Amino acid sequence: MQTPLRIVIAKPGLDGHDRGAKVVARCLRDAGHEVIYTGLRRTPEQIVRTVIDEDADILGLSSLSGAHGHLFPRTCELLSAAEMGHVVVFGGGIIPDADRDALYSAGMKAIFGPGTTSQEINDFISTIMERMSLDEKVGCGDGNDWKWGD
Amino acid sequence: MELEEARDGSRLALSRALTLVENGAAFSTEEEGIILGITGAPGVGKSCLVDQLAKAYTERGEKVAILAVDPSSPVSGGALLGDRLRMDSADLEELVYMRSVATRGEAGAVPSVVIGMTNVLKECGWKRILIETVGSGQSEFRIAAIADTILLVEAPGRGDVIQAEKAGIIELVDVVAVNKSDLTGAESTAADISNALSAGSKEIPVALVSAHSGAGVSELIELMEKAGGNEISRTRWRERMYSEWMRLLTQHPDFENTLDSLESGGIDLSQAIEKMR
Repeated sequence: MQTPLRIVIAKPGLDGHDRGAKVVARCLRDAGHEVIYTGLRRTPEQIVRTVIDEDADILGLSSLSGAHGHLFPRTCELLSAAEMGHVVVFGGGIIPDADRDALYSAGMKAIFGPGTTSQEINDFISTIMERMSLDEKVGCGDGNDWKWGD
Repeated sequence: MELEEARDGSRLALSRALTLVENGAAFSTEEEGIILGITGAPGVGKSCLVDQLAKAYTERGEKVAILAVDPSSPVSGGALLGDRLRMDSADLEELVYMRSVATRGEAGAVPSVVIGMTNVLKECGWKRILIETVGSGQSEFRIAAIADTILLVEAPGRGDVIQAEKAGIIELVDVVAVNKSDLTGAESTAADISNALSAGSKEIPVALVSAHSGAGVSELIELMEKAGGNEISRTRWRERMYSEWMRLLTQHPDFENTLDSLESGGIDLSQAIEKMR
């Protein structure tokens, strides 16, 4: 049996809207991955701790509060500091286009907004798996410029 | 090697070592530990109670490792592991290590790899281990293969007294906790279970707890300590055999191909069994 990917889906910050996170978690489950959902209102420190304990390969962050500009890069920074820079980080929620470049520079590999299909998210994950299997470094701390949509 | 660093206290190395074992590597240890199995039906409050137990142990300065099992999808093989969201203690407390485990194609409330995972934890100094099974019914005993002490979690409003008279997991447990003690009916549920158990040969205490407020948790811990260890009984060896047999089957290199052949009608079940021997 192929070993499933372990993916953490996390809600950093204070917003309580997690329908998006749950839909993404469900879509990844149905694609055969093991998804760990953190629940609401986690700090970047708690999320990094979860990624370490769960030995996750991929982290999805969801924010609808407008605090993504601080919380997402902070999480990537803490992951790299904890020797978890190999973890692939993607984000979702209400993320204005103007804010996205800063998140990509922080090491995130994809940002999914409203209207994204589950198919697209699964395509992204498959692409990540392919790149990982070729030993390409696509983690948040690997300094690889590639991002989804390039 | 991961294990060296994990023994020296690296959390990351411990996680990786656990992944290796979860993916099929064998691991045994001479180190001792105390394994508490927490089982019970879905929704009775196992995860919240595990969180409270972990908090109580860490307040005494003890390290606690939690392995929380949730089911894998029989269709996609994926899993949604959601025990963590009820465990606040898991996210920051240095004395707690919490790992979600999927059943990965095995029947039963605890997959066989969990035995190896507890060995890794013991080896790395995590002596107190809590295993939360998937929400399970009456005839699921696999936890008996692993745990030194078994706690059955119940809740009010789940059926009448005859439920506690039925044969099953209730005969193997060391302590019963009736959770949600703040709800109406909790006391009569506990009394019904006590009555049913009083006819048995083994004395099994019944405690009222609230995983929500923490009421009754320290008394529950005392009861579990008094209940002591589950001796390595015939039942336990039987469950270990089942568990190991299942692991050998599901990790057989031809397992998936054989399923494919069965699905396409290329072979029948007896041919499949022959192939797996």
